Amino acid sequence: MDWITTVDHKKIAILYLWAGGLFFGIGGLEAILIRIQLIKPMNTFLDAQTFNELITMHGTTMIFLGVMPVIFALMNAVIPLQIGARDVAFPFLNSLGFWTFLFGGLLLNLSWVMGGAPDAGWTAYTPLSSTGYSPSHGVDFYTIGLQIAGLGTLIGGINFLATIITMRAPGMSFMRMPMFAWATFITSAIILFAFPAVTVGLVLLTFDRILDANFFNVAGGGNPVLWQHIFWIFGHPEVYILILPAFGIISEVIPTFSRKRLFGYSSMVFATILIAFLGFMVWAHHMFTTGLGPVANALFSVSTMLIAVPTGIKIFNWLFTMWGGQVRFTTPNLFAAGFIPTFTMGGVTGVMLASAPADFQFHDTYFVVAHFHYVIVGGLVLGLFAGLHYWWPKMFGRMLSESLGKWTFWTFIIGFHLTFFVQHFLGLMGMQRRVFTYLPNQQFDTLNLVSTVGAFLMGVGMIIFLVNVFLTSRRPADAPDDPWEDGRTLEWTIPSPPPEYNFKQTPLVRGLDAFWKEKMAGHKAMTPAEPVGPIHMPSATILPFLMSVGIFIAGLGFMFSRDEFSSGIMSFLFNNYIVTALGLLITFGSMLMRSLFDDHGWHIEPEELEGR
Amino acid sequence: MMKTWQAGKRLLPMTAALGLLLAGCGREDLSVLRPQGPVAESSYGLMKLSITIMIVVLLIVFSIAAYVWIRFRRKKDQDEIPKQVEGSFKLEVLWTVIPLILVIVLAIPTVKVVFAAGNDHSDDKDAIKVKVTGHQYWWEFEYTDYGITTAQDLIIPTGKHIAFELSTKDVLHSFWVPSLAGKMDTNPDGTVNRFSFSAPNEGVYRGKCAELCGPSHGFMEFKVKSVSGEAFDKWVASMKAPESVMPEDPVLAEKFKSQCLSCHAIGSMPASPVAPSLTGIGSRESVAGILLNDDTREDGAPVLENLKTWLHDPQSVKPGNKMPSPKDMGLSDEEIDGIAEYLAGYTLD
Repeated sequence: MDWITTVDHKKIAILYLWAGGLFFGIGGLEAILIRIQLIKPMNTFLDAQTFNELITMHGTTMIFLGVMPVIFALMNAVIPLQIGARDVAFPFLNSLGFWTFLFGGLLLNLSWVMGGAPDAGWTAYTPLSSTGYSPSHGVDFYTIGLQIAGLGTLIGGINFLATIITMRAPGMSFMRMPMFAWATFITSAIILFAFPAVTVGLVLLTFDRILDANFFNVAGGGNPVLWQHIFWIFGHPEVYILILPAFGIISEVIPTFSRKRLFGYSSMVFATILIAFLGFMVWAHHMFTTGLGPVANALFSVSTMLIAVPTGIKIFNWLFTMWGGQVRFTTPNLFAAGFIPTFTMGGVTGVMLASAPADFQFHDTYFVVAHFHYVIVGGLVLGLFAGLHYWWPKMFGRMLSESLGKWTFWTFIIGFHLTFFVQHFLGLMGMQRRVFTYLPNQQFDTLNLVSTVGAFLMGVGMIIFLVNVFLTSRRPADAPDDPWEDGRTLEWTIPSPPPEYNFKQTPLVRGLDAFWKEKMAGHKAMTPAEPVGPIHMPSATILPFLMSVGIFIAGLGFMFSRDEFSSGIMSFLFNNYIVTALGLLITFGSMLMRSLFDDHGWHIEPEELEGR
Repeated sequence: MMKTWQAGKRLLPMTAALGLLLAGCGREDLSVLRPQGPVAESSYGLMKLSITIMIVVLLIVFSIAAYVWIRFRRKKDQDEIPKQVEGSFKLEVLWTVIPLILVIVLAIPTVKVVFAAGNDHSDDKDAIKVKVTGHQYWWEFEYTDYGITTAQDLIIPTGKHIAFELSTKDVLHSFWVPSLAGKMDTNPDGTVNRFSFSAPNEGVYRGKCAELCGPSHGFMEFKVKSVSGEAFDKWVASMKAPESVMPEDPVLAEKFKSQCLSCHAIGSMPASPVAPSLTGIGSRESVAGILLNDDTREDGAPVLENLKTWLHDPQSVKPGNKMPSPKDMGLSDEEIDGIAEYLAGYTLD
């Protein structure tokens, strides 16, 4: 019950982590099944329809439900601490964001047991995703589930923007903000601009499917290429929503374990902003083969290549942060170190893909599969692992085992390169992506086998990580405030895990890497910016949970509104939109409650603070 | 501008070496790395240039990384605080400018080739015009200048530009012959795509669908058969005046007419919009695009055998395809075999 009603950012972080971990596990199992099917030519382990459902759900789950919540988990756990705040700006909304995400994700995954998962690819290109060619409810689960989950992301993004703009500790100017906070800030800005696009796209597709609208239906005057534009205007920035937080994590981990401040901090900030900006300008590079014509192809080619410049700045700044430092290869730093060359490899193939005439060959082949897995797994997932191992003691008060952590790293990264490096060549040798099997004698066999073996090795790495988490959870919570000893930012100045109010007294920030600066000045703790006083806390509430349940029910009701049920009562309830109305009633009722009953929260008194 | 070109030229020797290395990869009739025509060649040129630049970048990043990891590893008892360097304006400008130059080196030829690839030869009197239509899961090729339509095997004369007009009858597909040219999507009417390629050498090249189009997306293959000019003219002539001989057995002929020809077309019949033309099916490279009619290879089988496999259970060969099972249409096993024999014998030339 405590977990359902909590509005504490640290607990919501843990909720995000478990939910994200659950979906990541599902997505991972889907990946393993895909790789088993492709282990040899003409394999009959899976049938074609199941395979298409698996690739669709693997992509959708990993992007929206696997890595995004883990990113949100780290942001929630760390950002208020890093900027010296007691919570996020809108704790109620933070909780609402989590629950809508979770119920959206559950709705999407219900498709597996309720008549077929979506099968049109995670990009859901029309007309394949229209009712004519995908008659099961799969794509409805996709549109409505993602719509609900997307609400949560948008709410979270807005919340972080407000938090970072308004709640930084005294003295923390924007240019003294830790890089992870910067990355979160920029990421949230991208979310604010990119998610409305997918929201609109999903609404239009839902209308096409459920209300017979004609946005994408050629016979009705619609245009399927329109979907591609809407999808990628969201979809490309989404890539940066994923990778910028990883950049932020790496920028925290490397300085800590090099005992040096981040090299070229201001150019890092500048590069992050530039990447976000360019990220919105390049969506059509996913559509070179759609037939945009040479002018558009040339423009989008060149603008895409330009992203290499700010990204290059970041790579070299990280390398020169370690230059002249004292590099310690703890597990987080191993992941950060592994991130640099791996992500660079994903980056350079990105530049290769940007060249439109070459992309005519790369597009929709395993070369692209290799590229985006290098970026998303080799970049983001390695970054998330670095962040999880780094902040685990702060989140849970327990250090993860270093030796198991190193095992995780080595099995995972070796498995990763085995899986995806060979896929570059598969693509160049003519293997297109999203094929459920392939004919023999095309020289695809050996490389596919290698790739599948690698995937299993990655799976082993994940299992070792889970074992590590399990064993750690059984040990006493005895992590010190600053477990890595060289912590540079504010989160390391308070106990692990932090008390629910985070900072007894808001700290005064005197420069970049505030804690490090105090340490160098010979201080053990931060100078407070305020006297000890009563701390205002928001009340726990179940309303966000109820609102999300309501939307979930309404979504299901809407989706099945035109189905024929064997039972007359069911047909009556669904076909007359009674279920939809009931769901919306719960949601709007909860909103009304929230508006009518003023909750001022409560205070922790100074005596209580001192008593600890 | 001149300077960047020279930088590009300096990379040429490495590009050449890399080209040799990559050329070992894959089948000649399928691999992007072994281009068989000028269009694929120009993509390949860009790929070699970009791979070269990228390998240089990777080598630099890897060596700096390896150096700092070894050289600046924290030693035991090392406790002094390293100098907190703020950054270096000069260095940061350096690694802004160098990538920018590399990008320009790649961007200039890219833009050139983009515009060259935009040239579709649709007004070229000398080019062969082919309307390609994607279907779930087969390819239709209409030669507009000759008034003939075929499916699955695209016959082209060597050396001539083939001007394509691409569209689809159902979902999106993508037309791709890796060793001859990059892919181009087939969109529904209204956004019809044009492009062109040519094949200087005779040969059979494997073509694929590259856009997810349903369960049998992976099986939506076709062949491009590049033949000499005379052979092409002969083929056109025999396609134009085909003898549409029916099966000899009149009962079978009646069954074929009523059951198969309700969707398919043969000979001079107008091309059907729902099913592949069967004209000369016995001399095609494959049945259904994936059952190879080549009994000299281990993954091939005689055309008769392939036709029997297909006709006895089309769903097991290409799941989700639109052809009803002949068995469900009331054909007996003998009748199916009979039709398979007839079709296998229905060759051109």
